[in-house]
Amino acid sequence: MTTTTASPLPFAPFQQAALPGADLPWLADLRRAGRDRFAALGLPTPRNEAWKFTTLRPLEKLSFAPVPADAPAVPVDAIPAVAADSHRLVFVDGRFRPDLSRRQGLPAGVTLLSLGEALSTVPAQVEAMLGRTAAVDGHALLALNAAYLADGVLLHVAKGVTVDRPIELVFLAAGGSADAPLAWHPRLLLALEDNAEATLVEQHLGRDGAVYLSNVAAEVVAGPGARLHHYKLQEEGRDAFHLATLTTRLGRDATYDSFVLNLGARLARHEARSLLDGTGITCRVSGAYAIAGSQHSDITTLIDHAHPHCTSREVVKGVIGGQGRAVFQGKIIVRPDAQKTDGYQLNRALLLSDTAEIDSKPELEIYADDVKCSHGATAGELDDDQLFYLRARGLPLEQARALLVAAFLDEAVDEVVSEPVREHFRSRIHAVLERR
Amino acid sequence: MPLIEIKNLHASVDGKEILKGIDLTIDAGEVHAIMGPNGSGKSTLSYVLAGRDGYEVTDGSVTFAGVDLLALEPEERAAAGLFLAFQYPVEIPGVSNTTFLKEALNAIRKTRGEPALDAMQFLKLIRAKAKDLSMTDEMIKRAVNVGFSGGEKKRNEALQMAVLQPKLAILDETDSGLDIDALRIVAEGVNALRSPERAMLVITHYQRLLDYIVPDVVHVLAHGRIQRTGGKELALELEAKGYAEFGADEAA
Ligand SMILES: Nc1ncnc2c1ncn2[C@@H]1O[C@H](COP(=O)(O)OP(=O)(O)O)[C@@H](O)[C@H]1O
Ligand SMILES: [Mg+2]
Repeated sequence: MTTTTASPLPFAPFQQAALPGADLPWLADLRRAGRDRFAALGLPTPRNEAWKFTTLRPLEKLSFAPVPADAPAVPVDAIPAVAADSHRLVFVDGRFRPDLSRRQGLPAGVTLLSLGEALSTVPAQVEAMLGRTAAVDGHALLALNAAYLADGVLLHVAKGVTVDRPIELVFLAAGGSADAPLAWHPRLLLALEDNAEATLVEQHLGRDGAVYLSNVAAEVVAGPGARLHHYKLQEEGRDAFHLATLTTRLGRDATYDSFVLNLGARLARHEARSLLDGTGITCRVSGAYAIAGSQHSDITTLIDHAHPHCTSREVVKGVIGGQGRAVFQGKIIVRPDAQKTDGYQLNRALLLSDTAEIDSKPELEIYADDVKCSHGATAGELDDDQLFYLRARGLPLEQARALLVAAFLDEAVDEVVSEPVREHFRSRIHAVLERR
Repeated sequence: MPLIEIKNLHASVDGKEILKGIDLTIDAGEVHAIMGPNGSGKSTLSYVLAGRDGYEVTDGSVTFAGVDLLALEPEERAAAGLFLAFQYPVEIPGVSNTTFLKEALNAIRKTRGEPALDAMQFLKLIRAKAKDLSMTDEMIKRAVNVGFSGGEKKRNEALQMAVLQPKLAILDETDSGLDIDALRIVAEGVNALRSPERAMLVITHYQRLLDYIVPDVVHVLAHGRIQRTGGKELALELEAKGYAEFGADEAA
């Protein structure tokens, strides 16, 4: 069956028949439902409370085409790796590239597949995992992701299995121009069963000048006692749009340690929603960003404490230069049952110019009485006393400023638990700062 | 030619005149001390010389090593050979002492057309200087002044001075917060720098430091002006009599 539908919004009609798994009726239904839902909802607008500070208006002026299934593979030279021996799935313009990927030596009990592979080899597992945490409801970007669902990742780690080496998911953007922007919608299905452990590193990389939208939807399920380290580097090209929706469900005694680093893109939004669905969970949702020019970085989080004795920590720090605009929205819900919750939230922004802007909206909704929750938000400029001290020792003003900015971001990255990832993130920060 | 010549220097902070006509000339090879009651303008003078924002020079001139010091940016003054050991050294989280000093030294060397020191050369240098000041490797790796005691901060200032080798070192109350052992170590560090090409301006409230860094000339600063100038015996006289005759209501 071939369905071609007129595009409701700036997205070209899609050819269901050309998509992986087109012969699976449940998937066709899911795509169709996503398409209809997206047509009804449209792109989020500032009228939507969660999108008050981030406008997708620039998207509407463009017309995004999906990457043709028969497009020739783009040659790719060096792929930056966090660790030389990591497992790695590589996607170029949203399409899986087995030639660039490596999965040797995965422990027994670990399934690591591209979504395309999974749809042809383990469709039932995909069906079971898709939409498990990412209920579309009123979420237009999830609906859009479902409508164009073509590729992505399926990671499943069986009970008690530890994946020693990091698993890297690399999304490279090569194509897309101002005249012919491209869009892809990766879906990441990530599940750790009871007491499993893994370190996952997402890298989203693109070149300046490429015009594209990467609309990522990630669904994470960590079972009882599982430990997942989940890090993400967003270094898309400066003309790109990066929208990511991450929904996480954590079981009893699970540890979820996450960090996002926003360095690239013209407009980036990282929306992370974590449901603490058991007792004794530790959840870290932290991040950092460094933007300049007219870049926009939005980090929006929800941490939902539904059960007692859980700990959450959220530290988001960033540097904004030029006409850059950053958004931080951090909501923490402590439900009536969630006694003995320990929640900590900190948001700090460093403004490097008069035209830099931060919108910071911490939101604590606490319905339990025996909890410890603190939050703080500060925004300020570089410290004059520190600048003078450095200059009095001979550092030129610009060098003194650069040193303080790098120090601020180095500290922000302290939240990353994994040392190689921390070092990789620091080196990317320094490279980006030097280029500016 | 004097190393520094300050003439009729007037300076204001927030529109309030603090320095009301300072005249002071220091030759290379000399150590001068400035003593004075709290609030007399000692730190203000040191900040004006180092070029801090917010200190407005309303009259007068300062010539340093033949150039108009007041026309220079703070970093240019440092490159010209001026060094201020701060009364209150600033903490800089996230920047290690080593990185900071290496960048500072290499920035200064660059303006002088000298090649940058590489990491190994620099490490060797800073280790040797730190050892003279009884500072551990761990201290030089730590973030600048973060978690340092008052005395450690002052030693860190002395370390920076030893690495940067200035022509004129201004020490603003380097003795405050130091116990006697630390005082001796810091004073030795300063004395090691004494040379015919260099000069020091030692600012202090108490005579004690001058037992260790013996000055050639002592000035008394009060009410924004130099009220008296004499030899090192003037410091002892002030120790005995206090600053009362200069209109200060406190004893030294
Ligand atoms: N940043 C400042 N803002 C306002 N007043 C200041 C500032 N710095 C110094 N002053 C004033 O200038 C005077 C001299 O201060 P200072 O130079 O620190 O004295 P000293 O170092 O001799 O104790 C004092 O009255 C002090 O209150
Ligand atoms: Mg003072």
